[in-house]
Amino acid sequence: MTAFLVRRSFYMIFTLIVVSILGFIIINLPPGTYLDVYIAELQSMGTATAMEQRQAIVQRFGLDQPLYYQYWNWISGFIRGDFGISFMYERPVSDLIWSRLGYTVILSTSTLIFTWLVALPIGIYSAVNKYSIGDNIFTFFGFLGLSIPNFLLALVFMVISARVLGHTVGGLFSMEYRDAVWSIGKFIDLLKHLWIPVIVVGTAGTATLIRIMRGNLLDILNQQYIQTARAKGLKENIVIYKHAVRNAIHPLIMQLGMTFPQIISGGMIVAIVLSLPTVGPMYFEALAQQDMYLAGTFLMMVSFLLIFGNLVADFLLALVDPRIRYE
Amino acid sequence: MSNSEIREPAVSPEGQKEVNIDPDIQQIKSLSRFQLMKRAFFKNKLAIAAGFVLIILYITMVFFPNLFSTHPPFQQDRNNMYAPPQRIRFFDVDGNFNLRPFVYPYDMELDFETFQYEYTPNYDEKKFIYFFNRGFSYKLGGFWDTDIHFMGLESEEDMFFIFGSDRMGRDIFSRIVHAGRVSLTVGLVGVALTIILGSFFGTLSGYMGGIIDQIIQRIIEILLSFPTIPLWAALAAALPQDWSSIRIFFGISIIIALRNWAGLGRQVRGKVMSFRESEYTIAARIGGASHLYIILHHMIPNAFSHIIVIGTLSIPAMIIAETALSFLGLGIQPPMVSWGTLLEASQRVNVVINYPWIMIPGLFVVIAVLAFNFLGDGFRDAADPFSS
Amino acid sequence: MNKNKDTSDKNLLEVKNLKTYFHQEEGVVKAVDNISFNIKQAETLGVVGESGCGKSVTSLSIMQLVPQPRGKIESGKILYYQKDSSVPVDITSLSPRGEKIRKIRGNEIAMIFQEPMTSLNPVYTVGEQIMESVRLHQQSRQKEAREKAVEMLRLVGIGSPEQRVDEYPHELSGGMRQRVMIAIALSCNPSLLIADEPTTALDVTIEAQILNLMEDLQKKFNMSIIFITHDLEVIGEMSDRIIVMYTGKIVEKATIEDIFYNNKHPYTAGLLSSIPQIGVEKRLVTIKGSVPDLKHLPAGCNFSPRCPKVMNICHTQEPPDIQISENQFTSCWLYEKRKDDVV
Repeated sequence: MTAFLVRRSFYMIFTLIVVSILGFIIINLPPGTYLDVYIAELQSMGTATAMEQRQAIVQRFGLDQPLYYQYWNWISGFIRGDFGISFMYERPVSDLIWSRLGYTVILSTSTLIFTWLVALPIGIYSAVNKYSIGDNIFTFFGFLGLSIPNFLLALVFMVISARVLGHTVGGLFSMEYRDAVWSIGKFIDLLKHLWIPVIVVGTAGTATLIRIMRGNLLDILNQQYIQTARAKGLKENIVIYKHAVRNAIHPLIMQLGMTFPQIISGGMIVAIVLSLPTVGPMYFEALAQQDMYLAGTFLMMVSFLLIFGNLVADFLLALVDPRIRYE
Repeated sequence: MSNSEIREPAVSPEGQKEVNIDPDIQQIKSLSRFQLMKRAFFKNKLAIAAGFVLIILYITMVFFPNLFSTHPPFQQDRNNMYAPPQRIRFFDVDGNFNLRPFVYPYDMELDFETFQYEYTPNYDEKKFIYFFNRGFSYKLGGFWDTDIHFMGLESEEDMFFIFGSDRMGRDIFSRIVHAGRVSLTVGLVGVALTIILGSFFGTLSGYMGGIIDQIIQRIIEILLSFPTIPLWAALAAALPQDWSSIRIFFGISIIIALRNWAGLGRQVRGKVMSFRESEYTIAARIGGASHLYIILHHMIPNAFSHIIVIGTLSIPAMIIAETALSFLGLGIQPPMVSWGTLLEASQRVNVVINYPWIMIPGLFVVIAVLAFNFLGDGFRDAADPFSS
Repeated sequence: MNKNKDTSDKNLLEVKNLKTYFHQEEGVVKAVDNISFNIKQAETLGVVGESGCGKSVTSLSIMQLVPQPRGKIESGKILYYQKDSSVPVDITSLSPRGEKIRKIRGNEIAMIFQEPMTSLNPVYTVGEQIMESVRLHQQSRQKEAREKAVEMLRLVGIGSPEQRVDEYPHELSGGMRQRVMIAIALSCNPSLLIADEPTTALDVTIEAQILNLMEDLQKKFNMSIIFITHDLEVIGEMSDRIIVMYTGKIVEKATIEDIFYNNKHPYTAGLLSSIPQIGVEKRLVTIKGSVPDLKHLPAGCNFSPRCPKVMNICHTQEPPDIQISENQFTSCWLYEKRKDDVV
């Protein structure tokens, strides 16, 4: 077990390094950088120091050096918590990202929990009562949930809330709590706002999980060992929950590695519509403006979240499936 | 032990599943696998309906978008900005029935307090809808000059907004029909690539195991470590701005496929690995079959139904991905239009709240995606006759 | 072989006119069509036939485990005499998920299956899987159940059972897993063990070991066994009496001696002549054709298209059950005395 974990962690570090290199290359792919825009702006303001400032930045980040040097310069700063500078905001990246990352983590994990809590019971019900009216209804809504792009769902939510409630439902906080320090009131306010993005982002994932759970469980229910369990005289409920569901959950945990990116990605785009203070809106803006360190850091951080999520999934899987532990 | 006549076949392709259902299997074996699939598929009404919807979408939007448009998709009309959808009527305001459907034209006023356009139907005038009438000229199928349209008002000067108009006064219906060409083909291109990459690397990885499996698994893991939308957005942002829109289109397809094959690859690997452990593979191995033979004759056919199903089911993901990217303004670039680019206008929430019909392109995304999902599901059930 | 076993004359199980059908969209499959037989206490009954003849469905019917919702016991009785009751219970009248049948399953009637590789749940240790049964039916505590599990593993010949009890199925070989299945089945001292092709998936040396084990344990536990197989050789070593099934019907019922040396039905003869004999050099005779589709059975006798002794009447009328001797029945027109009158 320990060996398994150590090996997985080693893979994780390796993956992180490769991801950071690829991410840096991708972010640097567009010709020109925000720096050019930035310098142009400074010059237009007629500051004599423009060239000097440019020189200072170029030197600090080694922008006249080859790409691998720039990469090393940037990534080695990560250990010190220095992620470079955002040209767009004229502030260090580290000043900008933490609260947005925090809310992203809150939103993603809440969504993940929501997905499982909703999908598991429905999936089990649907498999056990295959082709029943309930199963057909859930299947239909599952398909629908799978087919609506979540930003569209967010828009529909916004329009309905504006028409019915008279105000929109965006954001994670009410006005009075937006810049307040943390308190019980602020937390409750957060919960009041959080459920909408959680549902909007979680719908597709829930639909996917229901289908997977249903399919898995149907497969498992055909297995010989289920017949063995019945032949022992066990109650049907025990046969299903102890023997079948336990086995059907493995592929679901493996799926966790797939659900998590879906949630993070979905959350990023929904955030624009619902104006959430998460990673999404700032990342896309940074991409559009070629604010490379900001965009690159976000890409790295979000990927790190994923990789970490996968590690947790691997760990859980090893916990529930003896075959993997001894592999 | 060689009384072969009464010895049962050791293991069928479906392995242990048949243990207790001998009578079914007897029957099933007498039909070929393909016949079974066909029969199972045509029993699935929903999948057939979905296929039918898709055929209509492809004919109207991919092949003959101009024939089915009511206005040229780029024609702007300053006097009809944000016009709401017109109701197609058979009964007039006085309750009289007309066999020929008609619409009431709008009177437009600008409300100077809210700065919003107010449209009120003019009930004195009926504009009848004609089928296969003349309208703007175009080339049918790309080379045949004509001005026949599936439907339209008597005069092409009259506004006819089934789904309303956008901020430039362009007809949303006609734009949807034209945008469908991109939205409905981007998935096909991407999926072809996804299937090739995913099944090749998945089979290789699952069957060979060892170091090859390790390497492919690391590559897949790294690809899957990038969250989809941010990665696509970053890559799409990196596409050269001076590219033609058709090159951007293919660029976007490739970008989406480059990450998506990893998921398929992983699933195919899982399937293949379980097949590899199965007795008939071991049997073939012992029988002296080569790796290539086993992969081609046992693995691929066994994983094939899975690949087709995942392939069909990943078209929706492609369509949604393109829609999302274009919604962000990072996908398809003008003059090309897709459903996603039409939705880009919906990014401003206050606009959507006032003019919700600009979200109608989203409805088509949902319809197409739903249809592909049902179709894929039908394929899945059909491809696995032993499961039901 | 086991002729000196002490079998009492008391019936343990009586199957009367059992019909188990599968309702499919394409039609009704008569998997088990009007069969009757009984098992005495401590007796071994062999059930033999080609695949699809209804052997497995018969055993599932006895357990009330016919796959729902398509499979259904249409009519007939399965009378089972419980351990401490002289009045039999009709299993077909019990609800498949009810408490009564669950008290019988695993406790009084146990079952082992053909595929030891998939019969055990991969996520629980073999110990847990044995203990589950013990704790369910004997209300024993965790510790006692565990001791029982170790004891059972030792009994079925698994070395160092104290360690094995904590191992997972994937750590065991096929033969070992089948031993574990036997341990689970016998853990509650059942009166009847249904063994559905228990050795088909195993290789020959292991097969012999498992068969010997089952014989030993049968004496030890004084239980009856229904041994289902397609392999007459195996059944010959194990059984006291044999039922030969074909397309859901019983074609011949006889003692082991009569089946081997005095068989009446052409199908039984066909099955026997396809067994190779050591030292005898002759071409193996096979039965021509294959088992017909259960949804499209021939008119008259189901075996008529393949029968070497087929007569005209076989194509038109179902053969009657004919009593050859006290312990031998067959279902074949060849032995109908009035056949000349009927034709």
